[in-house]
Amino acid sequence: MTILNETSQDTSIPTVRSGESEATLRYYSASQWQLIWWRFRHHRTALAGGIVLIVIALAGAFAEFLTPYTGTTRNTEYLLGPPQPIRFWDTNGFSLRPFVHGVKTERDPVTLRPLPVADPETRWYIRFFTHGDSYTFFGLFRSDIHLFGTDEGFLHLFGTDDIGRDVFSRVLYAGRTSLSIGVLGVLIAFVLALIIGGIAGYFGGWIDYIIQRLTEIVRVAPVIPLYMGLAASFPREWSTEQVFFAMTLILGLVGWPTLSRRIRSQLLTLRNEDYVTAARLAGAKASRIISVHLLPAFSSYIIVDLVISFPYMILSETALSFVGLGLRPPAISWGVLLQEAQNIRAIQQAPWLFIPAAVLVIAVLAFTVLGDGLRDAADPYTVTGS
Amino acid sequence: MNTLPAQSDALLDIRDLAISFKTDEGKVRAVDGVSISVKPGQIIGVVGESGSGKSVTMQSILRILPGNAIVERGEILLRQSRNGSDAEVVDVTQINPNSKRMRSIRGGEVAMIFQEPTASFSPVYTIGNQMMEAILLHRDVNKPEARTIAIDMLARVGISNPERRIDQYPFEFSGGMRQRAMIALALSCNPSLLIADEPTTALDVTIQAQVLELMKDLQRDLGMAILFITHNLGVIAQIAEEIVVMYLGTIVEKGPTREIFHNPKHPYTVNLLKAIPKVGQSRTRLAAIEGNVPSPLERPTGCIFHTRCSQRTHGTCDVYAPKLTQIGPDHTTSCFLYE
Amino acid sequence: MTTTNHTLLEVRNLTKEFPLRKGFFNRTQGSIKAVSDVSFTINRGETLGLVGESGSGKTTIGRSLLRAIEPSSGKVLFHMDEGQTVDVTSLGMNELRTFRRNMQMIFQDPYSSLNPRMTVRDIIAEPLVVNGTSNRTEIDAQVRDIALRCKLNIEHLRRFPHAFSGGQRQRIGIARALALNPAFIVCDEAVFALDVSVQAGVINLLQDLQVELNLAYLFIAHDLSIVEHISDRVAVLYLGRLVELAATPKLFANPFHPYTEALLSAIPEADPDQPMRPVALAGEIPNPANPPSGCYFHPRCRYAEEICKTTTPEWKEYQPGHFAACHFAGELALKGVENVKEGEA
Repeated sequence: MTILNETSQDTSIPTVRSGESEATLRYYSASQWQLIWWRFRHHRTALAGGIVLIVIALAGAFAEFLTPYTGTTRNTEYLLGPPQPIRFWDTNGFSLRPFVHGVKTERDPVTLRPLPVADPETRWYIRFFTHGDSYTFFGLFRSDIHLFGTDEGFLHLFGTDDIGRDVFSRVLYAGRTSLSIGVLGVLIAFVLALIIGGIAGYFGGWIDYIIQRLTEIVRVAPVIPLYMGLAASFPREWSTEQVFFAMTLILGLVGWPTLSRRIRSQLLTLRNEDYVTAARLAGAKASRIISVHLLPAFSSYIIVDLVISFPYMILSETALSFVGLGLRPPAISWGVLLQEAQNIRAIQQAPWLFIPAAVLVIAVLAFTVLGDGLRDAADPYTVTGS
Repeated sequence: MNTLPAQSDALLDIRDLAISFKTDEGKVRAVDGVSISVKPGQIIGVVGESGSGKSVTMQSILRILPGNAIVERGEILLRQSRNGSDAEVVDVTQINPNSKRMRSIRGGEVAMIFQEPTASFSPVYTIGNQMMEAILLHRDVNKPEARTIAIDMLARVGISNPERRIDQYPFEFSGGMRQRAMIALALSCNPSLLIADEPTTALDVTIQAQVLELMKDLQRDLGMAILFITHNLGVIAQIAEEIVVMYLGTIVEKGPTREIFHNPKHPYTVNLLKAIPKVGQSRTRLAAIEGNVPSPLERPTGCIFHTRCSQRTHGTCDVYAPKLTQIGPDHTTSCFLYE
Repeated sequence: MTTTNHTLLEVRNLTKEFPLRKGFFNRTQGSIKAVSDVSFTINRGETLGLVGESGSGKTTIGRSLLRAIEPSSGKVLFHMDEGQTVDVTSLGMNELRTFRRNMQMIFQDPYSSLNPRMTVRDIIAEPLVVNGTSNRTEIDAQVRDIALRCKLNIEHLRRFPHAFSGGQRQRIGIARALALNPAFIVCDEAVFALDVSVQAGVINLLQDLQVELNLAYLFIAHDLSIVEHISDRVAVLYLGRLVELAATPKLFANPFHPYTEALLSAIPEADPDQPMRPVALAGEIPNPANPPSGCYFHPRCRYAEEICKTTTPEWKEYQPGHFAACHFAGELALKGVENVKEGEA
């Protein structure tokens, strides 16, 4: 790169000689994914979104270990208890080891209901790798070690619900369910879209025409009543797992048309690129053209589409579960958590029950900014030049 | 407002203009020390390849540069004669691009036509509507008068049946007709300077010939000056009186058309003329210029052409930038061979 | 049309119609004849220039010959070295795939014609890989060989196309076309998108390769000076029909068709002392979906008479090697380009 002579009017001043620098050479032999990454790197918000998502996904994957309780453990001593803030000091001084205040039970002066109240005189110290509820990790090995917990008393970072279940633990477990419904739904939609859109886009002609009209029929079907109708048809006696898989299937079956159209239009454009014609003229078979020229070209766009369709899946699940047609307790998902929070008492007395909503909003926003950043980076070959 | 006394008879005087672009890879110099002077009624051709900065220079006259462009130095002096009163000279670089003053210059004093006529017409309004809008904006006339002027202009550029055509939409015009309609639109406000940016590049040869003839006729009849930008040496030879040869954002040679074609001095101009096939010399081998046009990101130091020049001298051309030197009446070049 | 043992490619009555679809059900409502009844031959090692304005069917002809698009009717016969003749238009899909090595194409746009996700080496190697060369060292050796021939830097083979400028990319495209050692190459506006200073290098390369490898080119372009420079013979196309075909100097010095005259008069000479005097053509190019009756050119032709409106002129050889489709071919005093001598070449 040339070093500019900012103000020099005298053109006879020698300037620094430029050659092919290390960086340009690296750029010249950079593959598609490297170029995409270099471009994506500059997108700070998208990068942050990606990190947030990784954290949420890891939290869900290792929920058993990261939470002090299982999602269904009840603490009858702390019903509808507020979050217990982690402290390093209080009126009694500083402590290197974090602690929470103990809890004592008082009676509500009006209703005489027992009411848990923080007791600033007692300290429950937080310890790491404590023994607690036992669980099986990925169905493989049993353990009862949790990342953190307390020796005496209990620890509810996000408080408890009306039957004493730990909200923090439930948010992590719910994240796992909601994300995996999203992943499976998107995967089902994607496989369908790839097959249907791929056939339409590669062959074109009347096949494309018929598939397009079918896609439109699915697209114009109103989504919410469709979801509701399908979800309402689940037999009551189905187990949580069965409902879960049925849900993902529905989300996938309703979600494919948008993706399918994108795949189709991508293929139609790519199919007519000169380099694809060149490959055909060299005698390449359809299988080679698809695998060498078409798939790599649109894979980056497809990843963007997948990321962007994620929040829709998660929101659909949440919406369905919220109106009581999706997952039902004892399954835990963000939608189930929000459904449990939907009463006046919760808003008035236990605002911490809305923490799952905040997490949901953060996750959806993270997906959206990540998708935006990926979309900008997905085509590293459009050069903006004069 | 930055007004200066009229010093010369030049209509447009670009002096030592330098423009850079801010990009992800850093600041890129697109135009570096360009000076062009246009007298009233003159046709000046600007030739250059991709990255020569010819379009950027023209955009800067109308202040329609992309958002990441910075005018680093230089002035663009435009002589405005308003309502018959004394001419005043404005420095366009000092005017706010979005000001009323600039808008009155654009399309009024200075008009521009582009390679793609579709870019200057909105598809949802009729050709007549768009022409009348421009006329009403820049000229002191009422609606029926504007319509008469528009019809007159369309007839002038050779569109048959203008009374009917004026109410048609751009898509109802063929490519050549759209190009002519764009010229009519540009000329409807009586500009004193017309900037034509590759106006015939997208056209077929027969239509290109018609458009070139039309522009010459209109220039003769209306007496406006034309800055004609192209990469096609054939087109420039046919239309321009004076030629500016640009390479990588600088002017390498400038002179009357005959001088440039029959007596080129700068190695770039000389080689460029040898590199194009001429009808009737089919068996001579073309003289290719070695290498490629460097990317603006990698502007060579010293003389910007030295990396491809067959007559470069080591230690001079790759270190120092040559100055524009007078080598004949109105003929200048920037090359150490003539310094 | 006569064929000799120099003839490589013979095109007979090539026609390509595109269906015109309209309405809700996408029904076919008539068709546009992009190319109608085109016949010509190309000899071994020769360049046939094909000129015409946009929409005249140049590209369609080029792609139909290679069956990149399927011609509607007509024949394309390819005379092999061994003396046997292959009817390209009647080959089945599998036969066609193996036959393709004989005919290749160079594209107009050096940007969209190279897969940005493949290295230069892989791009040039693709035709070899596809046609069954699987030995890596053999492929590498051949790729180097072709790259050298096309004056590409061997060091750059591991780079991706985005590292290269238009001229270099076009050389890569040429190298890919040469990989299978074809006898015939369609050059579709192959130098149009290039900078003037780079264009000459690519034209020279094409000419050098032609001599070295005895290649035949169909050189499609609308820049007549370039066509005149590179072609042995030139064919002129108007609205999907050939109007004239002759040896280059003949066609430029002494055209037989009024449309050719108009085209030649519109060449902007790079010489201010040779001002252009374009023949004024009335009106615009007609809509190909609704072409005029008789001779397609008659509404714009200043020599047109009654017969031109009613009868389609026959494609005839008026002088040895000089074909035209005009009722008055050879009778009109048409102007060519002054400084081209008919006896040249």
